[in-house]
Amino acid sequence: MSAILSVEHVGVRFGGLVAIADLHFDVQDGEIVSLIGPNGAGKTTAFNVMTGFLKPSQGAVRFRGTCLDGLAPHAITRLGLARTFQRTSVFPDDTVLDNVMIGLHRRGAPMSRTSFRDALLGRSGAGERALRDRAEALLDWVGIADRAREKAGALAYGEQRLVGVALALATDPTMLLLDEPVSGMNASETRVFVRLIEQIRGRGITILLVEHDMPMVMEVSDRIVVLNYGRLIAEGPPDRIRADPVVIEAYLGQGSAARQAAAAVLEAADA
Amino acid sequence: MSRFLPLALLAGLVVLPLALGPNPYLLNALIVTGILTIGAMSLNLLLGYTGQLSLGHIAFFGIGAYVSALTSLGFDVEIGFGLRVVHAPWPAAVGFLLATVAAGSCGYLIGRLSFRVRGAYFVIVTISFAEVVRLVALNWVELTQGPLALTNIPAITLGLPGLGMWTLKTKLQNYYLVLAVGTLCYGVIARLVGSQFGRAMRGLKENEPLALSVGINATRTLTVAAVISAAMAGAAGSLYAHYLRIIDPDVFLFATTVSMVIMVVAGGKGTLLGPIVGGLIFGLLPVALRPVMAPEAQWIVYGLVLIVILFVMPRGIVPGLSGLLGRRSAPTVPVLEASPAVQR
Amino acid sequence: MDELIQHLANALILGGTYALLGIGLTLIFGIMNVVNFTHGALYTVGAYVMYLAVAGLGLNFFLALPVAILGGLLLGAAIELLLLRPFRGSDIDTTMLVMIAAGIILQSGTLWTFGGVAKAIPSPFPEAPLQIGPVSLSWLRLFVLGAALALIALSYALINRTKLGLAMRAAFQDADTAALMGVDVRRIYTATFALGSSLAAAAGALLGPVYVVFPQMGGLAELKAFAIVILGGLGNVTGAAIGGFILALAEEFGAGYVSSGYRDAMGFLIIITVLLCKPTGLFARAERIG
Repeated sequence: MSAILSVEHVGVRFGGLVAIADLHFDVQDGEIVSLIGPNGAGKTTAFNVMTGFLKPSQGAVRFRGTCLDGLAPHAITRLGLARTFQRTSVFPDDTVLDNVMIGLHRRGAPMSRTSFRDALLGRSGAGERALRDRAEALLDWVGIADRAREKAGALAYGEQRLVGVALALATDPTMLLLDEPVSGMNASETRVFVRLIEQIRGRGITILLVEHDMPMVMEVSDRIVVLNYGRLIAEGPPDRIRADPVVIEAYLGQGSAARQAAAAVLEAADA
Repeated sequence: MSRFLPLALLAGLVVLPLALGPNPYLLNALIVTGILTIGAMSLNLLLGYTGQLSLGHIAFFGIGAYVSALTSLGFDVEIGFGLRVVHAPWPAAVGFLLATVAAGSCGYLIGRLSFRVRGAYFVIVTISFAEVVRLVALNWVELTQGPLALTNIPAITLGLPGLGMWTLKTKLQNYYLVLAVGTLCYGVIARLVGSQFGRAMRGLKENEPLALSVGINATRTLTVAAVISAAMAGAAGSLYAHYLRIIDPDVFLFATTVSMVIMVVAGGKGTLLGPIVGGLIFGLLPVALRPVMAPEAQWIVYGLVLIVILFVMPRGIVPGLSGLLGRRSAPTVPVLEASPAVQR
Repeated sequence: MDELIQHLANALILGGTYALLGIGLTLIFGIMNVVNFTHGALYTVGAYVMYLAVAGLGLNFFLALPVAILGGLLLGAAIELLLLRPFRGSDIDTTMLVMIAAGIILQSGTLWTFGGVAKAIPSPFPEAPLQIGPVSLSWLRLFVLGAALALIALSYALINRTKLGLAMRAAFQDADTAALMGVDVRRIYTATFALGSSLAAAAGALLGPVYVVFPQMGGLAELKAFAIVILGGLGNVTGAAIGGFILALAEEFGAGYVSSGYRDAMGFLIIITVLLCKPTGLFARAERIG
């Protein structure tokens, strides 16, 4: 195995505020790795750096040997590194099918070869049909084919998450970053999602996820990276992390919300 | 059903002059309305499909008008350092093509430079651009005659080798020319919007970070949209110059941009037919209002109508009506085939 | 050298009213997130109220000024209550279009009422200018500068020293939090728009007697106000005050040393240059992704 993604001593500062002090870790090809930590630990910031939405103040990110420094988000996606978003994971005014077809942007040429007359008459050409088939197959695969004709913005929260995953998969990634994919899902939806993650890995896609749902993280991850105050405080397989006193201390040191999360960590340790 | 609507509309517009009979006043109103509607269609590409409110759109229209007029009239100006640029008159049809290219190039420039700023800033940059261009047209008297206007602009001559030449002098000929250009623009926009490029534009408008994350290049997409939009506005400006045969710096008035914006917003931004419906209504409204009220009062009516439409049908007449008619009935949901990911 | 000093003096005088225009616009944008396309129309209305009061009713020049400001205040409050409040919650483009429509209605209404012929407002000041060395300054223009500076100082005091100002600043920081802390945000919006409008009207009432009054005078003034506000950063009151003086300087020197025909183009060239060179530095609020 070799490192597909390397985060090399990345730091992010907003004015005087340090969001990430010094983050350094690798993700191996084919792994499922979770990035966890109390609220404000810098997890989403780390995602934004890896996907080009934020420029790091120091350090660099390498993906499959390419330094991502200075690359725009769309260029990073084209290298095969896709992501989902925490809150707004869909194009709300389009149908679910059109959402995925937007995601298939890299497929058809920017102006597909539908003939002028066909477009004028509102018919769709062969290239268009191939795109549609592919989009439908993807929706089928993540399990929301029955929602294809509905407006994405009208879907339930959990379903929007699935559309977001289908969108990311539409870019044909070799690695996928999932930002709190199961928040807002109920227990059974979460179980289904865990299986989906394993299926995605089965397609040869490496996964890095940020998540608060500790039982889910413990179940799905090969390895866990723990952040606190913008610093890496622990790294290792779930068994080691759930017993790590530094991690438990980090969660306990926070307010009541964090205490609950800590309780979840301990609970997961019991399970 | 709806795919035949544009064709039915086109057929209606083709036979309209025959139905009206010889009525130069009405035909004139239709031609000017048609030209402004092409402008509105081009504006819709930016405002409706990419969500960028360009309030300087008239700059591209005016640049098209001036480039076309100057190409066909010729000019002789000093550009400093004792250098003179002399240009002999070229055919008006060449002017039309150059107008399209020149306006498109300006669209490229503005697109490249200003899509880095969005929202309120973008609006203000575009207004400023239009105002600077107007001031240049007003003050570069040697080239543009300034407020004295460019006059005697020739009518467009169309020729096919071996078939002869036609100079489009009558109103009827100009009507069909405008209709042909409008149809062409509609076709181009329809094709763009239905393609992957159209989806990229919609994606950027609805959720930009997400669009970037699926690999859509924002600057490139918006710039291409701006170039096409500006080129079409330039074509409309050229038609305007060769139809009226006289233009002055007032073609750059902010009020004309506002008219186009009203057409797009009232008709339905982000719909293919919206700007046409809005264009016909607000282009022909003056014909209906002229006998009963002064132009100032007409503008007050426009303002009130715009506010009422924004309040009652914020998405515009076309989506509002199709919503009312229930045309957008949800298609029956296909039977669910259990997903391989969920099965097991 | 003498010419330079004269230009500087002219710019200083013009800058005061420009600053007034800019402060009004930037307050409304900063607090309400509304690009006020009625600003120019309110400027025009201020000038016409001044004209009506002085030339029509024969009111004293110095009494007519507060009347014009009050007129702008009331009209602004009416616009906010009738047009902006029903559209609260709409996106910024929609409110922008509503304001454009309102601006058209006001401008056309002025044209309809008063006709297109420019009017002059008689001033009580002596014709002969004040000579200070090589520089000659008209008494009227000096008064205009003094009044503008006084109004700017008054606005500052209102924003920084009163309870209303405190609530406005709270709403500027975060309207939701301000509402939670018991600030009646809707009232703050009305007050803000009325205040901004009254400043626009004041600028019109002050410049009206210097130049002439005509229905389209607001169009250019509005575009200049945009330039000033962009220079200072949208929502930045001090920035707008400084921006007003910078624009006046650029116009005065542009007209004096480049070409008088392009005097009005200066503002727009400034906007375009500033935005292209340093767009991020001017953003009032950074957007967060994810």
